[in-house]
Amino acid sequence: MAELTEFIWIMAKIVAILVPLILAVAYLTYAERRVIGAIQARNGPNRVGPMGLFQPFADVFKLLFKEVVIPSNANRFLFLIAPMLSLMPALAAWAVMPFSDGLVLSDINAGLLYILAMTSLGVYGVIIAGWASNSKYAMLGAMRSAAQIVSYEIAMGFALVGVLMAAGSMNLSGIVNAQAGPIWNWFWLPLLPLFVVYWISGVAETNRAPFDVAEGESEIVAGFHVEYSGTAFALFFLAEYANMILIAALAVIMFMGGWYSPFHGLPVLGPMFDWVPGIVWFVLKMTIFLYLYLAFRATFPRYRYDQIMRLGWKVLIPVTVVWLVVLALMILAGLGPWFN
Amino acid sequence: MTNEAFETPNLLLALPEIWLLAMACVVLVVDLFSNDRDHGPAFWLTQVTLLGGIIITVSTQWGVDATTFSGTYVADSLGALLKIGILVLAFLGFAYSRDYMRDRGILKGEYYMLGLFAVLGMMVTVSAGNLLSLYLGVELMSLSLYALVAIDRDSSRASEAAMKYFVLGALASGMLLYGMSMLYGVTGTLDLGEITAAAAELDDRRFLFLFGLVFMMVGVAFKFGAVPFHMWVPDVYHGAPTPVTLMIATASKVAAVGLFLRLIGEGLLPLLESWQHMVVLLAVLSLLIGNTVALVQTNIKRMLAYSTFNHVGFILMGFVAGTPEGYAASVFYALTYAFTVAATFGVVLLLARKGFEADHITDLKGLNDRSPLFAFVVLILMISLTGIPGTVGFYAKWMVLKSVVEAGFVWLAVLAVIGAVVGAFYYLRLVRYCYFDKAEGEGPQPTGSGGFQAVLAANGLLVLVAGIFPGTLVAVCLAAFL
Amino acid sequence: MIEQLIFYVFALVLLFSATMVITVRNPVHAALFLVLAFFNSAVLWVMAGAEFLGIVLVLVYVGAVMVLFLFVVMMLDLNLSQLREGFMKHFYIGVPFAVVMAVQMLLVVGSGLFAPETLPEARMPIPEDVGNTALLGSVLYTVYVYPFELAAVILLVAIIAAIMLTLRRREGTRHQDPGKQVRVRKADRLRVVNIPSARRQSEQE
Repeated sequence: MAELTEFIWIMAKIVAILVPLILAVAYLTYAERRVIGAIQARNGPNRVGPMGLFQPFADVFKLLFKEVVIPSNANRFLFLIAPMLSLMPALAAWAVMPFSDGLVLSDINAGLLYILAMTSLGVYGVIIAGWASNSKYAMLGAMRSAAQIVSYEIAMGFALVGVLMAAGSMNLSGIVNAQAGPIWNWFWLPLLPLFVVYWISGVAETNRAPFDVAEGESEIVAGFHVEYSGTAFALFFLAEYANMILIAALAVIMFMGGWYSPFHGLPVLGPMFDWVPGIVWFVLKMTIFLYLYLAFRATFPRYRYDQIMRLGWKVLIPVTVVWLVVLALMILAGLGPWFN
Repeated sequence: MTNEAFETPNLLLALPEIWLLAMACVVLVVDLFSNDRDHGPAFWLTQVTLLGGIIITVSTQWGVDATTFSGTYVADSLGALLKIGILVLAFLGFAYSRDYMRDRGILKGEYYMLGLFAVLGMMVTVSAGNLLSLYLGVELMSLSLYALVAIDRDSSRASEAAMKYFVLGALASGMLLYGMSMLYGVTGTLDLGEITAAAAELDDRRFLFLFGLVFMMVGVAFKFGAVPFHMWVPDVYHGAPTPVTLMIATASKVAAVGLFLRLIGEGLLPLLESWQHMVVLLAVLSLLIGNTVALVQTNIKRMLAYSTFNHVGFILMGFVAGTPEGYAASVFYALTYAFTVAATFGVVLLLARKGFEADHITDLKGLNDRSPLFAFVVLILMISLTGIPGTVGFYAKWMVLKSVVEAGFVWLAVLAVIGAVVGAFYYLRLVRYCYFDKAEGEGPQPTGSGGFQAVLAANGLLVLVAGIFPGTLVAVCLAAFL
Repeated sequence: MIEQLIFYVFALVLLFSATMVITVRNPVHAALFLVLAFFNSAVLWVMAGAEFLGIVLVLVYVGAVMVLFLFVVMMLDLNLSQLREGFMKHFYIGVPFAVVMAVQMLLVVGSGLFAPETLPEARMPIPEDVGNTALLGSVLYTVYVYPFELAAVILLVAIIAAIMLTLRRREGTRHQDPGKQVRVRKADRLRVVNIPSARRQSEQE
């Protein structure tokens, strides 16, 4: 009986994480269109509901009522399972995410590794979708995406190794607690190159502009999901945005002090903001990163495929390797205020 | 978190390996930044590395008996002796190969790096004190050799040889690893010393020990190229570029001796009566197949491949007794055999030129008219390989036979002697070609730089000298086990 | 109870997918079943308490190695009927050997000598409060540092060999050198030429 109640309790927690997450995805798409609209001096969606706030729901219902078209000669089973494979790891990674002090579904020791493992699974959805569609554009998109994700995973992993070294822990709450203090205590400062590398590879991992050659609508129409429609397409969409939010949340946890306020521990300012719950800081910081995603898309032209590979292998990976050595020296020297 | 059982390793004890690894990395970087199309810097650095390795090994490991790296590394005289052999053989291999590789457009910096890494793997193998380091050493050696066999990537024969070598080698490594996992399962330790101790006090778990032993024996026999695990040998010897064949035929055989001694010969000595019969079987089959099939070969590399089985049979016979004298005989045999074969391949390389391999036995016809010196070298090598009294090959065979007879396997000794007599036929046939036959047309001329010819001549003459004064080397081999 | 249930579910899926790897006809499906098999064994490892190894199995094998493997399998148009040629011929020779070996292995492994109670005890007691990542690290970089370094050397050899066997320098290919592109100055590319304006014909005369 006790097992059963525990099981139900866990399920309830999962729902409590996923429902806000999916709502966040919905409003991220809305924000994207509004923000890019503003950058390009136009309105964006503003018809459905006040200021177009119900637009995401209109989109969802539209997609739900559309037919899922399965191309002839496509591999039916794989074609249908690919969107799920793409969404599943994007959601599963949230299991170890600490939203505030102690507010975490599963506080496992190897949390960082778990996140890395889960994000590395996302590529299967893309590859399988591309292959099962029986379409050359989808195949090309899948190939590009696979090569890109595998390449940037290395740079990202190395950047996270730096975090791991600095925090001395792979538990995500432990990493945040290692950054306790005001804004200059957070890891973005000593790990600045790794932070930049992490963020660039994070954008590349999620196949977002300017690294969106996997979709490349101007050359290979929409890449791996060109053949998808209706709900199946909606799942890919959901996965992409859930991954964006995940990468932003990870950036906050690993480099921007997680749930700590930027004034934490300061004489006057610190107590002034003590009443704000940690999760609010966490979400606020996340929105900054999410805004960056949108700003990138609105401002940067798309990289060429070979340039992406060059950036990943010849720039980002060497930078991380060098900085790991520098970081090791900093830790050995006990450089304050981070490592003393 | 610190580990209390851990002592900081004594790096000086492992200096030969550390030196080789560091220098291999230096060669890698230097070759990357050098514009020399002949890869001269890589060549000279490699040779300096090998010579330096010999000096370091002699000065830090001969006469020592110690372990470091928490028992995963053993520094002792046996390891030192085998390492010196490996380093010398690799030195000869690189010295003979430069013109050959250049003529075929496969003289790459990677040839030297992979060669050095292969040598490093062999050295790790022969001084391993732990199943892990033993296995990793074997893998390091094998992986480098697989790649070296395929170095001529436009040759379909070389690619085929590399593929066969790789697939069968991976299978053998799997066998070896499976056997090791059994040992680990039984004893709960990877340390060879502790495994020996556990093997000595056997109870009902003997069964599991033997099960692991069978698999490890298969893996080791493969690395030796002993019949019936020999299928890869002729194709690889024939398909690989001759300098790579040289390395596989010489240095890797010496490493295989080290592998056997560390893993079975010393590691599982308490199980002697169990593995004795397996080794006898391997030896008998090797002697039979090697001698009969070598008779009909017309390609020197293939002939040497089959005759290798004959010699592997002899080396294995030395292990049969399980005594220090027997082991010393095997080591002596392996070292002298490898040294002799290295020179034989050297002659093949000497006669080869661009677009011509000189690996057919008739290519030696009339060599005496073209180059009396190298005809004489061939004479020395062949009578030594045959085992005619007065040559170093004779002493090696004699020591092995003595140990086998003492162990009570007289019939095996008789079989081996018959095999040696049969072997005389195909070895002395080469001598006949050199001295008593006329070349058809011009015949291949000796090519190669002065340094190459000098080293080759010295190698041949050293075989002669070792035959006249074998005492020192025999004493050294015996000292390594006492 | 639930734990056992989970174990059996994943173990069954593992066995099923491992069997499918070697029986399905489509190589892409075989590779995907292999992915599934890896994933399930990772779960089993995690359940056995080896969380680090389990996660690394997913990270390395599932996340990287198998992706590249799938990549290759999808690109190559494998002709399976050719690969299967001669299978039946060797089948009759292979089966008796396989059966004999399997029976022998079954006899040894099933002899009861490998029961948990007969196996030697663990050398190092596992402290409760330390994760096994830290524990593995503490032996990997101390007691097993020599094998660890050797493994690194093997990887280096693999890199060298792979590059040696595949890198071909083709003559006449054009590629950009971003360093040069960045270093370009205006003076290198742009020449300001003062062209005297042509006078009208009437003035020339």
